[in-house]
Amino acid sequence: MFGTTEMQINMGPQHPSTHGVLRLELKLDGERIVDTRPVIGYLHRGCEKLGEDRTYAQAIVYTDRMDYCAAFAENLVYAEAVERLLGVEVPPRAQYMRVVLAELQRIASHLIWLGTHAMDIGALTVFVYGMREREFILDLFESYCGARLTYNAVRVGGMPEEFPEGWVEEARRFCDVLPSRLDEYHQLLTANRIWLARTRGVGTIDGKTALDWGMTGPCLRGSGVAYDVRKAIPYEAYADLDFDVPIGEAGDTYDRYLCRMEEIRQSRRIVLQALDKLPGGEIRGKVPRRIKPPKGEVYHVNEGPRGELGVYLVSDGSEHAYRCRFRSPNFVNLQALPDMVRGHLVADVVAVIGTLDIVLGCVDR
Amino acid sequence: MDDVDNKTPIPPPKKADPVEEALRAPAPSRALDRLGEALGDAIEDVAYHCGVPIVRVGRDRIVEVARFLKEDSGSRMLLLADLCGVDMIGLRGAPRFDVVYHLTGPDTRERITLKVAVEEGGEVPSVTPVWRGANWHEREAFDMFGIRFAGHPDLRRILMPEEFDAHPLRKDFPLEGREKDHGFWRRPEDETRNTYRD
Repeated sequence: MFGTTEMQINMGPQHPSTHGVLRLELKLDGERIVDTRPVIGYLHRGCEKLGEDRTYAQAIVYTDRMDYCAAFAENLVYAEAVERLLGVEVPPRAQYMRVVLAELQRIASHLIWLGTHAMDIGALTVFVYGMREREFILDLFESYCGARLTYNAVRVGGMPEEFPEGWVEEARRFCDVLPSRLDEYHQLLTANRIWLARTRGVGTIDGKTALDWGMTGPCLRGSGVAYDVRKAIPYEAYADLDFDVPIGEAGDTYDRYLCRMEEIRQSRRIVLQALDKLPGGEIRGKVPRRIKPPKGEVYHVNEGPRGELGVYLVSDGSEHAYRCRFRSPNFVNLQALPDMVRGHLVADVVAVIGTLDIVLGCVDR
Repeated sequence: MDDVDNKTPIPPPKKADPVEEALRAPAPSRALDRLGEALGDAIEDVAYHCGVPIVRVGRDRIVEVARFLKEDSGSRMLLLADLCGVDMIGLRGAPRFDVVYHLTGPDTRERITLKVAVEEGGEVPSVTPVWRGANWHEREAFDMFGIRFAGHPDLRRILMPEEFDAHPLRKDFPLEGREKDHGFWRRPEDETRNTYRD
C-alpha cells in the first residue's frame, strides 16, 4: 500500500561536495532533513601521537598536514606555543614577517573557500577566478619557502629566511590588484538572485547557540559575536596594526559569505601596513640548539582562517612534548551542522558544508 | 609507596631559573577571584603558567564549577575552547588521567584552565549540559584515552573505527603496529580471501 516512511541516506565519504572524506548519515522525510549524523575519522593520522614522538622542532612538519589549505597558520600557532613554553622573545622583524605571511595565507584560504563554496552551489565562474588570485599567493609562498602547500615556514623563535629580493614588491603588487578582483566576485555573487535564494536564511544559527557549540572564526562572527583572537588576546604584531573585525547579523550563509569577503579586504589592509612598518634586524631569537622547555604547560591560540586554532603542550622537561594536543576549529564548527541543516533540503546541506569551510585534514588530524 | 619515598634522597633545592619563574608568575584573574568567593571549597589547587590560572577541581564538583564560570556575570566563560585528556602515567603515576578544560571569555578576554583527575576506568561528569560543544570533545577523550563521561548523550568513538579495541593516545600504546592486532580492518577469514590483484 502507499505510505510514507523516513529514509536514511549516506552522503559521502566519497562525495565531491563534502570537501574531502566527510560522511553524513542523513535521515530524510522526502527531501527535508530530519536528522544528520556526521561521521568523521577517515583522515585520522594521529598527528597528536606523532607530535609526542618527535622533537618540538620536528613536529612543525606535521602541523602542515592538518589544515592543508592554511598550513602557515598551523605552523605559526605551534611555533608560538613552543616559544611560550620556552619563554623566548621573537624579534620584531620576524613578528611582522609572520603577520604578512599569515594574512596572505588567510586570503588564500578564503579564496579557496569562496571558489569551492560557489562551485558547490552552482556558480562555476567564481571558482576559476578565485583560483587565479590564489595562484598569485602560492607563487609568493613558493618563492619564500619553496613549497606551495605544506610550507614548514616557521621556526621556533623566528623565521627560517629573509624575504627574497623583490618579494615585498611582488606582495604589494598583489595587494594593488586584489580590490578590483574582489569587486569582480561581488559583481558575480552579492546581488545574484540565485546566490541570494541559495544562501539567505540557510543554515541560520544565532550567536548564543554558536558560542554554546564552541564555534569560532567567521562562522561565529557571521552570527554577530565580535570575537577575534587577533583583537581579544593579541599575539605577534597585531596589537600595533589597524584593522576591523566584520560581523554579520542574521547568522545565515549569506552573512558568513559577506563576513569572509570583508575579511579578505581587512587582511589586505594588514598586509600593506605590516609591509610598510616592516622593521629591520634579526629574524631569529635566541633559541637553544636543543629545545628543552622547562616543565609546564601552555594552551596557545591563534586566529586561523577557519577559527580559533589552539595548541596545548605539556612539557616534562625533555626534548619531546609529553602531550601535544591540537584544537581544530573545523572539528568544533562541524558539530553544529546537524542543528544548522535540520528542516532544510538536501541541496542546502551542500551549502552549509561550504559555509562551514571545513578541511577534513584539520577535522580528523 | 611509603617505602619508596623514604629511600629516595631528598634532592637539593634547585636554583630558581628566572625564565621558569617568569612563566609561573601568578596573573590577576577576575574569574578565579569570583570562583574562589562562590565555590572556594571546590578548588583543590591553583597554579599559573604563561599567565593563565590552572585550577584543579574536585571530580564531583566540575559541572557546578563549569556552570558557575559560564553563567556568573563577572566571569562569563561562554566559550569552551577545548577539552582534552592527558595520560599522566609518566608524570605522577596515580590517578592516571587528567581531563583538561580550556575556557575563554570572549568579552572579558580572560582565559582559565580547569583540571580534573580521574583514575583508569573512572567516570567524570559530562559538561555537555553546560556547553553543548563539549559533546565531540568528550567523545574524543573517550576514544583516545578511555575516559568515560557520566551523563554524556552519545558516548561513542569518534575518530577511530568502532571495532577498534584500544585507546591510542595512552602512553603504553605503541606508535607503530598492525591494524589487525587491534581487531579491525581485517578479519582472519579475509587473510585467505583472494583480492582483486590476484
